[in-house]
Amino acid sequence: MPRRTMIEAIRDAMDVSMGRDERVVVFGEDVGFFGGVFRCTQGLQAKYGKSRCFDAPISESGIVGAAIGMAAYGLKPCVEVQFADYVYPAYDQIVSEAARLRYRSNGDFTCPIVVRMPTGGGIFGGQTHSQSPEALFTHVSGLKTVVPSNPHDAKGLLIAAIEDPDPVIFLEPKRLYNGPFDGHHDRPVTPWSKHELGEVADGHYSIPLGKAAIRRPGSAVTVLAYGTMVYVAQAAAEETGIDAEIIDLRTLLPLDLDAIVTSVKKTGRCVVVHEATLTSGFGAELVSLVQENCFYHLEAPVARVAGWDTPYPHAQEWDYFPGPARVGRALIETMEA
Amino acid sequence: MADAGMLRFHVPEPEVRPGGTPDFSNVTIPKAGSVPRPEIDVDPRTIRDMAFSIIRVLNRAGEAVGPWAGLLTDDELLEGLRNMMTLRTFDARMQMAQRQGKTSFYMQHLGEEAVSSAFRKALKPGDMNFPTYRQAGLLIADGYPMVTMMNQIYSNEADPLKGRQLPIMYSSKEHGFFSISGNLATQYIQAVGWAMASAISNDSRIAAAWIGDGSTAESDFHSALVFASTYKAPVILNVVNNQWAISTFQGIARGGSGTFAARGLGFGIPALRVDGNDYLAVHAVAKWAAERARANLGPTLIEYVTYRAGAHSSSDDPSAYRPKAESDAWPLGDPIIRLKNHLIHKKAWSEDRHTQAEAEILETVIAAQKEAEGHGTLHAGGKPSTRDMFEGVYAEMPAHLRRQRQQAGV
Repeated sequence: MPRRTMIEAIRDAMDVSMGRDERVVVFGEDVGFFGGVFRCTQGLQAKYGKSRCFDAPISESGIVGAAIGMAAYGLKPCVEVQFADYVYPAYDQIVSEAARLRYRSNGDFTCPIVVRMPTGGGIFGGQTHSQSPEALFTHVSGLKTVVPSNPHDAKGLLIAAIEDPDPVIFLEPKRLYNGPFDGHHDRPVTPWSKHELGEVADGHYSIPLGKAAIRRPGSAVTVLAYGTMVYVAQAAAEETGIDAEIIDLRTLLPLDLDAIVTSVKKTGRCVVVHEATLTSGFGAELVSLVQENCFYHLEAPVARVAGWDTPYPHAQEWDYFPGPARVGRALIETMEA
Repeated sequence: MADAGMLRFHVPEPEVRPGGTPDFSNVTIPKAGSVPRPEIDVDPRTIRDMAFSIIRVLNRAGEAVGPWAGLLTDDELLEGLRNMMTLRTFDARMQMAQRQGKTSFYMQHLGEEAVSSAFRKALKPGDMNFPTYRQAGLLIADGYPMVTMMNQIYSNEADPLKGRQLPIMYSSKEHGFFSISGNLATQYIQAVGWAMASAISNDSRIAAAWIGDGSTAESDFHSALVFASTYKAPVILNVVNNQWAISTFQGIARGGSGTFAARGLGFGIPALRVDGNDYLAVHAVAKWAAERARANLGPTLIEYVTYRAGAHSSSDDPSAYRPKAESDAWPLGDPIIRLKNHLIHKKAWSEDRHTQAEAEILETVIAAQKEAEGHGTLHAGGKPSTRDMFEGVYAEMPAHLRRQRQQAGV
């Protein structure tokens, strides 16, 4: 099976989708001729023409607003916001418009759009190229929010998102674009070409939205993670020797609650990790659901490991990033509680 | 020589406030028929002055004059008159229904009936409007059933939107009327996106964007102009300047710009100003813009100069911020009276027939109202189910919403 980086897998998902359905159009800042600052759309304009893949003005509200109008017309736009940190000008369009169009018009108009954006830190991007705003979207009814953690999933989930009849926020952990990242920034990265999840089949396949994956089976404690933090959790489990069961949520909304509950009932312990800031983060929702559904199976308080409640710093990136040491400490404390 | 002393902060003020005498002497009104009608493929750079004038067809004598006249037959004009009269009657009845507690909220068009009623007739079936809350004339003029509008206003059991939307936030794809958001300006760029999609699909349908003078200050307005200009989208960019954004006079959004139409000039978009109370002028200018869009000549920006004679909404009291008699002093008159006088001048209409038509229309509207009220009003009779509240958030209901619906006991 061919191996692809996350970037190549995402590009392949758009390529396959555009080839199968002429309603799929791709646009955003720098995505046309150049192929995007991360090269996710490289070659698509040459292959499908300027009407299907084109550059947009630097106006995120314009990009998403135009995409909503296109979707109302009957196209299926898959747009790129250059960094998740730049999505805020489009927030009104996403929250007030895309998310509610089906509901408020009682299905007269719908909004099948995908808004792709690189998320998370670990590239010395400072406060404007490192944020993880997923909770701003999971809080909004009418949206689906996806965070893939590897090339195989990224392709299957992106194809599912493009084929979905409702708006999907597709957050791509940029630290994973070229290889899995275990949180040790001072060690060399394993390229996807040497990783089994870098195996990405040619052609069409999709992974249903709302299904989690168990990345590491275990019996001692359940770790709920997504995106980059899946690998950080794996590193923490290896380094502490704790038999953690690591669940990669893949889709935050709709959430695979069954997978979470089954695992926590088995292990009796749970650690929730995400890179986004702690307070009112998606972890709060996860902890709440775990205690509502698994309270009598819990043998320890549910722990959260997250980014500190500060803006994402530049020079202090590795003090900020919730790396294997912090996740490992939470695992140990949860086991000892 | 610039004043180099202490800096002074500038806040624009309207000419007159409550208690004062209405004064529109600052509004320059060109003579009807005086503004030329360029070819649709005109170089936008050569018609920049049109963004500062006002295209008018009907003069004070009730005659249709100049190069923008002569597009509509008597029958079409009579239909236009009837549509505007219907809209005004509909508004009066629904405003009253709101006061009677039959619904929570209403927004009327008083004084602005010509804008949406005439515009609709310049479009073709399949074209799509992205309206604001003051363009119900688009629906009336397209034959959308009044009963259905009222069902929506009453949020009753027959409400096509299942009680989910504020009154008057209609939606009808079939009638080229995009779902009204209630947020301002958001739909402006969406109209451009729809038009881009039509061009991408090599279709022949065009889009129309709608916004008020106040909301042109939103960034989405500017995004829309950039996108429309860049991609030469087949879209008509409508700005309804009714002088007032709730209590805020149009100068707060307009700033130092001469007119709202002039906003288009920096984008290379042909920009026209039109007498929004002149049914013939509105229709003629809209048709010109529609022809441009359909001929791949790109967007046109149109500013409709009109006056919001009524309150902003049923929750507003204009006497708190503008002179009560201001609407009477508005120099462009009333759109219904002007079209009526024109038709009488043409001997196609008479005072008697007008009075008779008023009675007939009132009867029709009351009949529709009775039928709608048979399906319930906001607080009485049939209403959408609680179950409807949980439906339609997604194409397929996700598990968490199913659980919540069970918790709600429905």
